[in-house]
Amino acid sequence: MSSLRQIAFYGKGGIGKSTTSQNTLAALVEMGQRILIVGCDPKADSTRLILNTKMQDTVLSLAAEAGSVEDLELEEVLKIGYKGIKCTESGGPEPGVGCAGRGVITAINFLEENGAYDDVDYVSYDVLGDVVCGGFAMPIRENKAQEIYIVMSGEMMALYAANNISKGILKYAHSGGVRLGGLICNERQTDREIELSEALAEKLNTKLIHFVPRDNIVQHAELRRQTVIEYAPDSKQAEEYRTLARKIHENSGQGTIPTPVSMDELEQMLLDFGIMKTEEQALAELAAKEAEQEAA
Amino acid sequence: MSLDDENAGAASADLIEEVLKAYPDKAAKKRRRHLAAAAAPSAEEESEGLVSACGVKSNIKSIPGVMTVRGCAYAGSKGVVWGPVKDMVHISHGPVGCGQYSWSQRRNYYTGTTGVDSFGTMQFTSDFQEKDIVFGGDKKLETIIDEINELFPLAKGVTVQSECPIGLIGDDIEAVARKKKKETGKTVVPVRCEGFRGVSQSLGHHIANDAIRDWVLGKGEADEEEIGPYAVNIIGDYNIGGDAWASRILLEEMGLNVLASWSGDATLKELERAPKARLNLIHCYRSMNYICRHMEEKYGVPWTEYNFFGPSQIAQSLRHIASHFDDTIKANAEKVIAKYQPLVDAVIAKYGPRLKGKKVMLYVGGLRPRHVVTAYEDLGMEIAGTGYEFAHNDDYQRTGHYVKEGTLIYDDVTSYELERFIEAIRPDLVGSGIKEKYPIQKMGVPFRQMHSWDYSGPYHGYDGFAIFARDMDLAINNPVWGLFDAPWAASQAELAEAAE
Repeated sequence: MSSLRQIAFYGKGGIGKSTTSQNTLAALVEMGQRILIVGCDPKADSTRLILNTKMQDTVLSLAAEAGSVEDLELEEVLKIGYKGIKCTESGGPEPGVGCAGRGVITAINFLEENGAYDDVDYVSYDVLGDVVCGGFAMPIRENKAQEIYIVMSGEMMALYAANNISKGILKYAHSGGVRLGGLICNERQTDREIELSEALAEKLNTKLIHFVPRDNIVQHAELRRQTVIEYAPDSKQAEEYRTLARKIHENSGQGTIPTPVSMDELEQMLLDFGIMKTEEQALAELAAKEAEQEAA
Repeated sequence: MSLDDENAGAASADLIEEVLKAYPDKAAKKRRRHLAAAAAPSAEEESEGLVSACGVKSNIKSIPGVMTVRGCAYAGSKGVVWGPVKDMVHISHGPVGCGQYSWSQRRNYYTGTTGVDSFGTMQFTSDFQEKDIVFGGDKKLETIIDEINELFPLAKGVTVQSECPIGLIGDDIEAVARKKKKETGKTVVPVRCEGFRGVSQSLGHHIANDAIRDWVLGKGEADEEEIGPYAVNIIGDYNIGGDAWASRILLEEMGLNVLASWSGDATLKELERAPKARLNLIHCYRSMNYICRHMEEKYGVPWTEYNFFGPSQIAQSLRHIASHFDDTIKANAEKVIAKYQPLVDAVIAKYGPRLKGKKVMLYVGGLRPRHVVTAYEDLGMEIAGTGYEFAHNDDYQRTGHYVKEGTLIYDDVTSYELERFIEAIRPDLVGSGIKEKYPIQKMGVPFRQMHSWDYSGPYHGYDGFAIFARDMDLAINNPVWGLFDAPWAASQAELAEAAE
């Protein structure tokens, strides 16, 4: 148990957390690590590429059927996927009802109490979009994930989200010892993406642990419900994920306490990088455009 | 203003300062605004009939840690306003505790057969489990309503009393209510009275009133029954120990027709047809003024306050009520007052000498901190201090009609303050609730519960006054207070004296 590493992937919704995490974990398992994935999203799609199918038996759906979570056996909710990766999904209510956050808390407590964390080297949490409430902060609270990896890109909203998640980590950094492991940039081909990511990493007192280039092979693999590691093990992209996996593995104990920045500071950074324009710039451009149209 | 009043005012002010010393500065600053000696009324106030000005700050959040006895919005809706509506089933929607600990209601008496056509003392709860929180409780709520309709076909409808988690998880109880009403044709009322809303039970009263307005009034089948010119509603009488019945007798004796009793011993039908009355008579202003204002605006039903505690107020109220009607009713009011005068005289003759000059301190809820003042005075007793758990400004303003200058006024009093006030004043009687009862009796001070009438009652009306006088006598003149010191304590003292 002492060597157990608990990590979590956070980031803006749709940024590719689940894809990145599953590819990275598939590469980690190649390195001989024993892995448990805990999906913390009511959509239950954090293990789809590892299991090659969507997980049907989520902790909460089975608990609801059985009456309560106490009536469940661990075997019922633990499925084995690619190269022995153990997979489990918290599941949760349909959109718009109930409390998904409470569901995450219930599911994680159940897994821990029932020994799901025994005999593994890594526990990886994959958490939905943003830390909207206490429930989704569960993995970064006391004695859960020790390192958080924020998946982001050069887009403005992704940067905002990364900064926000850092605030969440900071809140629990002193009480529970959670640390920011680093940023993972999923390339969106925006302007000066690497520099911007590195600049944000510096501001947040962390590092850009890896820049994952964009490659359509990821989509091809996903359509087949596979990771790139499984679908095209010799591809360049698979190698990228192996690199990321190695970096994460070597990053043990090197997480930092993040220093989230103020909204003004963040916006200034975006201005400096030309991602965001000042009002004057925007107005000037608009005027130029209108003049152009008139001339035409 | 007499010298006595001025002295009393100064003494009260000193006492307040003394008591506040125990608090940290910030808490003392906050609490000071809730405590006062009733001041001399301004000229304007005096012209409105006020005998004092009781302006303390009220209806704001209690300071954490001071052991307030306030309730929550759920208590105000389920416990006070809706609970007594006897032919409806009130579901405590959420985890089991809120329903469990409010089971049996607060002695609002009703006629009917419990479990068949009346449900007041039964407890219905959706008993939330973890999965209901995670997946939402709306499906379970539907099932419960179906089961209620099957098990209790005579139930006229259902109310959904929201506990805290309902607001947190956003259960759509309104959608369930509409669906079930459509399916069954019976009234289903969703009430958003989650306990964390507001600062006390007071907001729960308001929310419950609004639910009646939005889901009951004008929603039932049209009632073609002819309503005579003398129809009135009793509003804000919860029939504690039969209070509403004792009140109804007097109104009917003077020729009025009580169309609805809100909500003591009430039926859903009574709620529905109330807007047809000629006049709303409101006893507990705090908990039901909202719906009276609504009925006035929408249906043109005027409303007036009255007070059926003690013969002075009863007579004044009967005349005031009669003034809204014709000469027959006015004459009848005089007849009723005359009829009960011998009873009043006998009660005062019997208990007056035993109670005269006794000092009383009160700390109660909605209307009693002021309404019962005159009943005590009718027996020759004095009010040394009074306060409300959850009053608003308008309640304290009204209190100025009742208490004389110098009276100690305490809003949302903390257990520490009340204890110190009682120690300093050493009244002959304290009237408050079950949480205060035993500590105060252990201080050697006689006590009566003034929420539940200490399992007695009714206290409303002339009949109630006789019971009230007897109960106060029982408490104050109980021989037990003469046995308060340990039998050996006196002899020890004497021995010590002898030894010297």
